[in-house]
Amino acid sequence: MAKLKSKPKRPRPTISTASLPDIIFILLFFFMVVAIIREDNLLVKITPPKATELTKLNRHDEINHIYVGEPTNKNAGTAPRIQLNDAFADVDDIQRFIAANPDKYSTTLHVDEQVTMGIVTDVKTELRQANALTVHYASKQKIEE
Amino acid sequence: MKRFDNQINAGSMADIAFLLLIFFLVTTTIDVDKGITVKLPPWTEEENTIILSQKNVFPVKVNSNNELLVRGEVIPIARLKERAIEFIINPNQRPDMPNSPKKAIVSLQNDRGTNYETYISVYNELKAAYNQIWEEEALKRYGKAYENLNQEAKRAIRKDIPLVISEAEPTDFALK
Repeated sequence: MAKLKSKPKRPRPTISTASLPDIIFILLFFFMVVAIIREDNLLVKITPPKATELTKLNRHDEINHIYVGEPTNKNAGTAPRIQLNDAFADVDDIQRFIAANPDKYSTTLHVDEQVTMGIVTDVKTELRQANALTVHYASKQKIEE
Repeated sequence: MKRFDNQINAGSMADIAFLLLIFFLVTTTIDVDKGITVKLPPWTEEENTIILSQKNVFPVKVNSNNELLVRGEVIPIARLKERAIEFIINPNQRPDMPNSPKKAIVSLQNDRGTNYETYISVYNELKAAYNQIWEEEALKRYGKAYENLNQEAKRAIRKDIPLVISEAEPTDFALK
């Protein structure tokens, strides 16, 4: 008992916070790696249509992306244009574009909701001719009221 | 014993890292690609001339004014799903509807002037109709939600009630 009484007063041990920044940095790196950064610079304005029956696409890198919409640059006119990679393209270029990426397993069409079906049908016909038959119509989740 | 009292306080380092993290979270858009998946028919040069019995086909036509014509009747898009379900299941065994859901075919035709937004909502409604039928069938057969079934059971349901949306060549009545 005498031993306990004579115990000298010590400061309470604190948890070292030195490693906290490291933990946060790991979190930061995790988010940086996980976040998808779209490489394509959009030249057309795209507001995706809304839908409810959606499927999620995971393998982002293995998908061809085709954009159809009104050019953002006013000098390029207001008629809807097709964008492949980083440039405007014609309907005829699609088959070559698909053939250049044989390792991609599907195609995502990013089409503005105001575009008429004529150009979309032409794109679809080209995709059928190029034998790229799995197609996703990119859309946003519709929020039910 | 030597005392190290005058170190730099590393406690605020965490705050700095947090700020970086939050900045990064706010600026990047985690764009998960979502969309309606469609399987296009293979390209053929010759005209497809399969003659289908009229009662098995559910024709949906969309004109350039984004109006719907379903089985000869103009209906709003909100009613498309229930009409499609009624046609596919045919609960009253009507003679002008398919005998079994296996035979039902949805034929979708749009105009070149149809809005893409309308086209997607029509496609979405048709898909929603099938999803609902599958869901009901899954509950009836296995007492489970369709999503929770194994691949084999899903395939069995999809085989009995196949999703067939045939897209005809679009009309071209839009004013140019």
